[in-house]
Amino acid sequence: MVQPAHLVVAPILIPLVAGTLMLFFDERERRLKTALSFVSILALISTATALLLIVHRGGQAAGLVYLVGNWPAPIAINLVADRLAAVMLVLTALLALPAMIFSTQRWEKLGPHFHTLFQFLLVGLNGAFLTGDLFNLFVFFEVMLAASYGLVLHGGGALRIRGGLNYIVVNLVASLIFLIGIAMVFSAAGSLNMAEIALRAETMHGFAEPALHVGLAMLGLAFLIKAGMWPLGLWLVPAYSAAAGPVAAIFAILSKVGVYALLRLALLVPNDGIAFGALVIFIGGVATLVFASIGILASQSLKRAGGYFLLMSSGTLLAAFGMSQSTVTAGALFYMVSSTLAVGAFFLVVELIEREQDAASSVLAVTMEAYGDGEEESEEDGAEVGRIMPGAVAILGIGFCLLAMVLIGLPPLPGFIAKFAILTALLGPDAAVPAATNFMRGTLAVLLIASGLVSLVALSRAGIRVFWAPVEPFLPRITVTETAPILYLLGLLVALVLAAGPAMTLLLATADDLHHQVRYLDAVLGAERVPPFAGAHP
Amino acid sequence: MELVIAAAIGVLSASGVWLILRPRTYQLVIGLALLSYAVNLFIFSMGRLRVNAPPVLDGSGPVDVTAYIDPVPQALVLTAIVISFATTALFLVVLIVSRGISGTDHVDGREG
Repeated sequence: MVQPAHLVVAPILIPLVAGTLMLFFDERERRLKTALSFVSILALISTATALLLIVHRGGQAAGLVYLVGNWPAPIAINLVADRLAAVMLVLTALLALPAMIFSTQRWEKLGPHFHTLFQFLLVGLNGAFLTGDLFNLFVFFEVMLAASYGLVLHGGGALRIRGGLNYIVVNLVASLIFLIGIAMVFSAAGSLNMAEIALRAETMHGFAEPALHVGLAMLGLAFLIKAGMWPLGLWLVPAYSAAAGPVAAIFAILSKVGVYALLRLALLVPNDGIAFGALVIFIGGVATLVFASIGILASQSLKRAGGYFLLMSSGTLLAAFGMSQSTVTAGALFYMVSSTLAVGAFFLVVELIEREQDAASSVLAVTMEAYGDGEEESEEDGAEVGRIMPGAVAILGIGFCLLAMVLIGLPPLPGFIAKFAILTALLGPDAAVPAATNFMRGTLAVLLIASGLVSLVALSRAGIRVFWAPVEPFLPRITVTETAPILYLLGLLVALVLAAGPAMTLLLATADDLHHQVRYLDAVLGAERVPPFAGAHP
Repeated sequence: MELVIAAAIGVLSASGVWLILRPRTYQLVIGLALLSYAVNLFIFSMGRLRVNAPPVLDGSGPVDVTAYIDPVPQALVLTAIVISFATTALFLVVLIVSRGISGTDHVDGREG
């Protein structure tokens, strides 16, 4: 009989095994690798959904805990699947599928080990969401980043390498800051287990308390660099807009890891119910939102605009989390789910649109040159393998239009529901409103609406330029394998609207758990060891 | 001893930060290496500095915890060394490719 706790480790093991298996085959076995990758991601979707259902429906405290090596609770390195972690796992798996399928048409052929790196990226992402140990969080961050360094450069070309170089340097420095933070927290709290740190922080006094706070601030700095907070996120747009389309799509979840880690840690060490560093997070979020809005207006290419949309979503999330109010957090989590899916799909659509245009095709030309025979091969493949979709412009146009509605926040799509949930929690009559935060509430509400207006302006302009008034006739050649992922993501967004009620109930419970960190502590520190299996001791 | 360690960490990280802000990729790599040495020493010193105190139990007789030093930071340092070593190696490859494609070792891929 398998304990449900064993399911917790599966989201890390599945892509790890799949990625490792792929290393045994060389690039000629591309179909096999694609199939492995496909199976692994399907398995991830099902385990993540199962975890979410168990955690949400089950009578467990706040989540399932897996004690690595079956050591007793505070000593063991633990993996914790609470509601937030499970939601992130599901989101990652759902986004990974279209990105992977999209890549099979063209991108996976432009360099070695695409699928392996992709699987290792998933290992790092899932591990970072599941771990309850600070140092393991660092290790999984590094796994994720190492894979992302490979992926961001995938396809080569001068533009990509320049953007990738900055990306790598900034993240290497962020990792060092992360390490300093871990060391300081360890020296103050004497533990790396997040729950135990939170427990000890309550009774801390003397020199240890400021040391802990400095350590946490260093960690926060590292997370904010990853989340792309202004002015720490200036590396993000050049790197992401230079990356290949499917890579940029999966990277939409990468910056959310920073936001996730920040949310988890800041709420574990609260001060009078306010998250650690909430004011800084709020101000940073607001600045990011303003910066991203200006950036969206100023972007010439749609791919850069996609990068700024990612920043905008980071900024909104940070500013909303900075309010430290459970209902606002719930709305922000809904926003995170919808905006991550939408930005991911946006990168894919833009990839198809801009491929025909100058900037993108010149990058591709360089890539083809660097890889020599790539050009002929992909030309042939385009003619033979890929079935060309009829009505390409219509499909792209409708997709673009729907995504624009999500990103702007127009009803009836989930972008609207998310913003509505945040605004209701901010300004609604039943919100428990301390007068001191009125200014913050007002600022955030105005900026949320203003950022929607800015997106409307920028996206209408781009839409008119691409679809209605192109200088040259716009006849993209797109194939079924490239359209299906986009339609799938649009379907998910529509499903999110139809299931908005249950989704919101889930996210309200998630936010409630987060703001009552005692539940997390109880679940983690009270975790029972698993009895050995019957057959293990003859 | 505290003073020596503190000064070493300070000098290493100051040099590292200065080098990272330089425009040449070679300086960048050396800067990152120096910074990671500083961080490793820092983690090491967070387990408190003790002379002649082993981190690993020898398994003979009852254990007097005060005779041992905290082993966790030392284990952390090992992991941190390996990871920063690997990422620096990866970074070097990217730098060499960048040098080959752009023809310059400026971090922006062009002079000036």
